[in-house]
Amino acid sequence: MSDSETSAVLATPPESDARADNVKPRRMTLNMGPQHPSTHGVLRLELELEGETVRSCRPDIGYLHTGIEKQCEALTYQQAVTLTDRVDYLAPLSNNLCYCLAVEKLLSLEIPPMAQWTRVLLTELTRLNSHLVWLGTHAIDIGAMSVFLYCFREREDILRIFELFSGQRMMTSYFRVGGLALAPPRGWQARVKTFIDSFPSKVDEYEDLLTNNRIWINRTRGVGYISLEDMLDLGITGPMLRAAGLNWDTRKSAPYSSYEKFDFEVPTRTENDVYARYQVRVEEMRQSCRIVRQALEGMPAGPHTADASKVVLPERERMKTQMEALIYHFKIVTEGFGVPEGEVYQVIESPRGELGYYVVSDGTAKPYRVHIHGPSFGNLQAVPKLVEGILLADVIASIGSMDFVLGDTDR
Amino acid sequence: MDFFLLSLVKAGVVAAVLLTTLAYLQWVERKVIAHIQLRMGPSRVGPHGLLQPLADVIKLITKEDLIPPHVNKFLYLLAPFLAMTMALISISIIPFGGEIEVFGTKTWMQLTDLNIGVLFILAASSMGVYGIALAGWASNNKYALLGGLRSSAQMISYELPMSLAIAAPLLLLNTLSLREIVQMQSGYAFGIVPRWSVFQGPFPQVISFFVFLIAGFAETNRIPFDLPEAENELVAGFHTEYSSMKFAAFFMAEYANMITIAAMTTILFLGGWHPIFPAAYGADFVAPLIFAIAAGVCFYHGLHPARRFDRITLPVFGFVFAAMAAAFLIPALHDALIPLFWFAAKTGFLLFVFIWIRGTLPRFRYDQLMNFAWKFLFPVALINLLVTGLMVALF
Repeated sequence: MSDSETSAVLATPPESDARADNVKPRRMTLNMGPQHPSTHGVLRLELELEGETVRSCRPDIGYLHTGIEKQCEALTYQQAVTLTDRVDYLAPLSNNLCYCLAVEKLLSLEIPPMAQWTRVLLTELTRLNSHLVWLGTHAIDIGAMSVFLYCFREREDILRIFELFSGQRMMTSYFRVGGLALAPPRGWQARVKTFIDSFPSKVDEYEDLLTNNRIWINRTRGVGYISLEDMLDLGITGPMLRAAGLNWDTRKSAPYSSYEKFDFEVPTRTENDVYARYQVRVEEMRQSCRIVRQALEGMPAGPHTADASKVVLPERERMKTQMEALIYHFKIVTEGFGVPEGEVYQVIESPRGELGYYVVSDGTAKPYRVHIHGPSFGNLQAVPKLVEGILLADVIASIGSMDFVLGDTDR
Repeated sequence: MDFFLLSLVKAGVVAAVLLTTLAYLQWVERKVIAHIQLRMGPSRVGPHGLLQPLADVIKLITKEDLIPPHVNKFLYLLAPFLAMTMALISISIIPFGGEIEVFGTKTWMQLTDLNIGVLFILAASSMGVYGIALAGWASNNKYALLGGLRSSAQMISYELPMSLAIAAPLLLLNTLSLREIVQMQSGYAFGIVPRWSVFQGPFPQVISFFVFLIAGFAETNRIPFDLPEAENELVAGFHTEYSSMKFAAFFMAEYANMITIAAMTTILFLGGWHPIFPAAYGADFVAPLIFAIAAGVCFYHGLHPARRFDRITLPVFGFVFAAMAAAFLIPALHDALIPLFWFAAKTGFLLFVFIWIRGTLPRFRYDQLMNFAWKFLFPVALINLLVTGLMVALF
């Protein structure tokens, strides 16, 4: 059977430009989302289809706009932490961390090493959590159902660890301006160690199901390509950029919260397709695992909050016995704390890419402006470039590989 | 008159058994997939969720029968009917066992035997495509249309390698009647290797067995070929606009097709109701042994219950299994039950493979699916047919 006969059988061959020259086929507009099983939240894509080939795509966002940035202006600095959880609901602790670091920079607070290391440990667990959700949903989009549930098994362990630390599974608000909300609970080391010891073998399990699977490779290799120049122009960051070959990771290039003391590698690929993004994220899971282990083994002793009585709530015991502590407690709880006038932009590496918080203070106890630069927003801009000219099934694989969270996009 | 009565009774029994199997196949699928995925599966309705199929049926029947205003009403209503009918009609010529004697009347464990049985099955499964294609077309919905288009292209493409894969064993067996196909596969080479077409000389049909099974996956729209209803791409594909029993009809048609494909594979390649090793080595005792072990396991776990209701339910299952084991040993029932057991065991194993694959593999892309059919399966089946023909002519 020759090639021409084969493509005659195909209703929509992927490269069917030969006939497009003389006959202009009718296009069908397909409205994908906001209620669609694999647009991951409430993304709406307006697709123009020729058969099953996508000719143009217009993403429509804003269905999950919550006004968090504006709401922050009505709360005190410490209260606003609870809102940052809800921005990127798959990586709440990364958002906590970024916001706290920004405010701490304005306050020029020195955070004790123990708090810094705990922050690293928990944000890396957050990265694992986020990547697990990504891998599971990405796999189920391409039809591999079981991986989803295997990923959620490990995610459950991580959420239990979060619950142990903060009493909450998802909206933890565990990092506060000036350190941690509570001292780490007794016995947390054993729980984290059990998880970290078994986790690499679980990653092997996912890889067994996917990495060398012919169908998986066919569905992902060479799909969703976008040139590195376009990526930089559109402001794409994170694993997508690293899958294009650019070794850019804020944890290495502008270390925060003692990341410079940890030994880890930044995985990169050059193929820049869905498969490369998969490989980068899976390798990142292994690296995060290494960081958590180092943080666990080298955890320094010391207080979990900064020595700043005007910012950090006093210990319960001191509050009940010392007049001064009681006054500070009352002042912080009722009025909050003043932050010196100024503006600051803090960047961290969230699981999705560069997450930035721009905080402006006018000297009062409430922020004048909080702007969130969500990595999902930048990454989502690439959708039209990524999907134009490919098949409908590849659209699902491509947008899955971008790993955006609509809460982070719309804010 | 006798013939009519007998056929009526047989049709009733086959329909009852088949529809129950359809409902419980879905329960089995949910349980197996659940255990692959570290879940429990249905467990609320009845012991171990055994009444779940009943609950589903009641729910689907009592749901509002919605007909969207923008559909082509006649074709919209015809489609599920067509899909269901064509899926069920194939079962009528499947032989489940050999000849038995009921109250003095000799009869075959088969509704009817057509001398063109294989062609009939192919024809019925081709007609089944109309059900899905029309559903996609008549729904007047973009996702449904894409699903319908995908499925017609897919099923027509995969019918070719499937027919070629069927043709090869037919060259060996030299008949189109399903009953004769099974009869031709009786006996054992060297006294131990069964003379099934997969093993039979001069050219064992291993290749066409796998081609047939793969094409069968595609014909029944199962993962990795479930593109017509690819949930993550097309919402629900061709049945997006269907609800209530009309949706259930498509659902049941898919499972009936699965059973047909599994039964056809058993008949064409795996020797139908013949045991996998000779009765001289004790093949007749496999069935009672398996049921006896099942009964033993149930009794043991009934005595050491993991859940409160296990104390009652498991011994009940144990008694049922023990009774079945005993039934196999009753001489009067023996001849009827043993072939049925082997047929059900082989078909059941193939159905398990269907479910197993669903828990393991991702989904193909549309063009890859077509390439796979035309550039790989089709030539492989064709070459296999030519080689088989050559071998049959030479030996």
